[in-house]
Amino acid sequence: MKKDLLGIAELSSEEIYLILDTAEAMREIGQRPIKKVPTLRGKTVVNLFFEPSTRTRTSFEIAEKRLSADTLSIAVATSSVLKGETLVDTAMNIEAMSPDMIVVRHAASGACHLLSRICRSRIINAGDGMHEHPTQALLDAFTIREHKKRIDGLKVAIVGDLLHSRVLRSNVLLLTKLGAEVWVSGPRTLVPAGMERFGVRVSTSVEEAVADADVIMMLRIQQERMQGAFIPSLREYFTVFGMTAERVARAKPDAIIMHPGPMNRGVEIASEVADGPYSVILEQVANGVAVRMAVLYLLAGGQEGG
Amino acid sequence: MKRLLKGGRVVDPANGRDGVLDVLIDGDRIVRVGRDLPVEADIVVVEIPSGLVVCPGLIDMHVHLREPGQEYKETVATGTAAAVAGGFTAVACMPNTHPVNDNAGVTEYILKKAAEANLARVYPIGAVSRGQDGEQLADIAELRQAGCVALSDDGRPVATALLMRRALEYAGMFKMPVIEHCEDPSLKAGGVAHEGYHASTLGLHGIPGEAESIMALRDISLAELTGGCVHIAHMSARQTLDAVRYGKTRGARVTCEVTPHHLVLTDEMLVSPIPYDTNVKMNPPLRASEDRDAMLAGLADGSVDVIATDHAPHHYDEKHVEFDRAPFGITGLETAVSLCLDRLVHAGVISLVRLVELLSVNPAKILGVAGGSLAAGAPADVTILAPDLAVTVSVARMRSKAKNTPFDGWQLRGGVAATIVGGRVVYEGVGSLLQFLPPAL
Amino acid sequence: MDADRIARTLTRIAHEILERNAAPGDVHDLALVGIRTRGVPIAKRLAQLLRDIRGGDEVPTGTLDITLYRDDLMRHAVGPQPVVRKTEIPFSIDDKRILLVDDVLYTGRTIRAALDALIDFGRPKAIQLVVLVDRGHRELPIKADYVGKNLPTSPSQSVQVHLVEVDGRDEVEIAG
Repeated sequence: MKKDLLGIAELSSEEIYLILDTAEAMREIGQRPIKKVPTLRGKTVVNLFFEPSTRTRTSFEIAEKRLSADTLSIAVATSSVLKGETLVDTAMNIEAMSPDMIVVRHAASGACHLLSRICRSRIINAGDGMHEHPTQALLDAFTIREHKKRIDGLKVAIVGDLLHSRVLRSNVLLLTKLGAEVWVSGPRTLVPAGMERFGVRVSTSVEEAVADADVIMMLRIQQERMQGAFIPSLREYFTVFGMTAERVARAKPDAIIMHPGPMNRGVEIASEVADGPYSVILEQVANGVAVRMAVLYLLAGGQEGG
Repeated sequence: MKRLLKGGRVVDPANGRDGVLDVLIDGDRIVRVGRDLPVEADIVVVEIPSGLVVCPGLIDMHVHLREPGQEYKETVATGTAAAVAGGFTAVACMPNTHPVNDNAGVTEYILKKAAEANLARVYPIGAVSRGQDGEQLADIAELRQAGCVALSDDGRPVATALLMRRALEYAGMFKMPVIEHCEDPSLKAGGVAHEGYHASTLGLHGIPGEAESIMALRDISLAELTGGCVHIAHMSARQTLDAVRYGKTRGARVTCEVTPHHLVLTDEMLVSPIPYDTNVKMNPPLRASEDRDAMLAGLADGSVDVIATDHAPHHYDEKHVEFDRAPFGITGLETAVSLCLDRLVHAGVISLVRLVELLSVNPAKILGVAGGSLAAGAPADVTILAPDLAVTVSVARMRSKAKNTPFDGWQLRGGVAATIVGGRVVYEGVGSLLQFLPPAL
Repeated sequence: MDADRIARTLTRIAHEILERNAAPGDVHDLALVGIRTRGVPIAKRLAQLLRDIRGGDEVPTGTLDITLYRDDLMRHAVGPQPVVRKTEIPFSIDDKRILLVDDVLYTGRTIRAALDALIDFGRPKAIQLVVLVDRGHRELPIKADYVGKNLPTSPSQSVQVHLVEVDGRDEVEIAG
């Protein structure tokens, strides 16, 4: 593995499978009475979150603690950045205290690339702007493989605000790398330029996208999108793109429903679908810890000096 | 002092000259250009080594000198030093300084600084609107009187069609062109890169080419309506070039310029070699290869009038941030000539003669300033090019204060041997075979 | 050691285990834990043998991956991390007499890691160590309770254990 995990773009399919297989082993640790192994004992991991997050941050913290690392979470919104400190200076100040790894979430695409160029610590991307959220895609793949035993050859439909979603980009990269047939669907105003070049089928008809799908993945649609004149209203969005039981019925009978969270019930997904028997949304959360443990373990070794 | 530049290839398209000729300079004027000019006793003879090219001084009509107000990025002194090192004998500087150049005081300040530096000539461009706010016209006659040669609200477009119409009409009285930064603000929105596959892979908000062409069409229509002169700055999109061709066939007085970086680079630079490199972030952005190729075709078929750098120096700290937050712009004065010689002339896109038109003849004509010609009586502004000089671009050796360029380390064929302004040698290139300074007396 | 030798050795060990754990109640507390990779098939074979000899229920058997407990993981930090496989101990180890099983006993560091791992699973009544081969050169104070064969070696040599379940054949060879 390379020094950092900046995105799925930099991972080969072999490396992805290695992470998934390692996560299998890591999951068992969460089932023991003592949920801890000494592997990262004495290593310091800093969670540097410039954007608020409960789910991802907690998941990383638990993963770090299970590996016996010394972990520290910084919610930067309340501190130095308000005093005008740049991203680079904030990171370099943290780096001066010699952490082994820095897990970073930031609102700007490319923030982790910038930090990886200037920090010697290993950088793990926990979500940068609209760019990538690699550990999310990895835990999504883990969850899919759990249920479907494979990734290649599956039809996966991803529906929602494609333009602003880093979860979309990471998932598209990973699923196409591993040979899935990926369909993406959302309002035309929210389809990124050049989407076809990503190796996916694009459809503004969600019915077409989910037909015979093995996996349906929903993305969040935010209130703010009405400001850029992307969609007229959330109500209309639900009518055209919301994942209802009727739409789910067009997929394969055992299709699984996924969502990176947090969900807007009644906007992108109907409650009955979110809470239904084929929803694996909570499993995704549980799997997140194992996958992040795998990532932390695999990145902790490797070449010194990157 | 009389100086004879002897035996170089003289490329002077304004006077129909391209051949091995001698150029006689007396003081700050060209006296004569001809074959085997007689050498009198009081003439210092400079043998031009074969392979070098003597042409009228190059003029960069789109430069940001940042003074007054942002001297930490660049000053008139460092900017003009960079200019002459890049082979430019004159630059036209944009008014988006702090304070904006919308009055005689700022114009005179800039000219004073230029005189102190005493390197390249500086032609200030004044603001179209007061404060560049897009509401009221600036005092254009005053600006003209103080020395401005053109008007622009560069950094942004002239805010409304009405104001642009008025500006074209009013400036037309003084024969001043309006140089327009074509961009529809609502389409540009929060965009930071060309809207396309590469920006999408990086999760960057895109700016479509139509954001530029829509505004160009507005301005070309208004030029037609008013009979005024509009010059499209830093054109980047093929749709804009189509609009310019359309305007020209209709007889509108429209001219346009392209930067060297838009002729060489594409939006693939966002991804490789350095992902999210802020040294490839500029406005208008680097576009797709179809746009770049369209610009090259426009150079060759005459639709493009000028190559200008849009030299936009920024401090290292400002660029060493997340892509979204970095200011737009890269430097250009010290890389332009090498890029043009290597990627345009040697690549067979255009001839050296055409390059001189693009970099000297046409800018002088559009701005209405002396230059672009080696006619008898013309100012002795001469650039001596070394088209076969092996150049490695080195940011460390640049005279500009700013280092924001993606070309560091590039190996190019072609460079500047010497730059002469008003008869004075203001720059001599490293490795130059010319001995301009007389032996110590 | 050839296949025949290995088989007889394991049978002998099985008998020894039963002899030493002959006190009433002891045998019911027995459980086998094989250390990945090759300790696992050996443990499974022993489970089978113990059942053949004694009859009754099969001895519970688990597999243990000690990678995450190794003491050399972050030291040299050159090259990729060793692969981690699943640990499966589907029974409680509290109050059990654990037979820890590995193929080769060498420096003792693997066993040290295995002991640390087991302690995190619970509190066994006793832990006994079963190895197929003891090649000497201990770096820690670790001793096997049951040894298939003592094979004195020099540090430059390597002992390769091949098992049908993993390598397609049963053989122990010394290389170098």
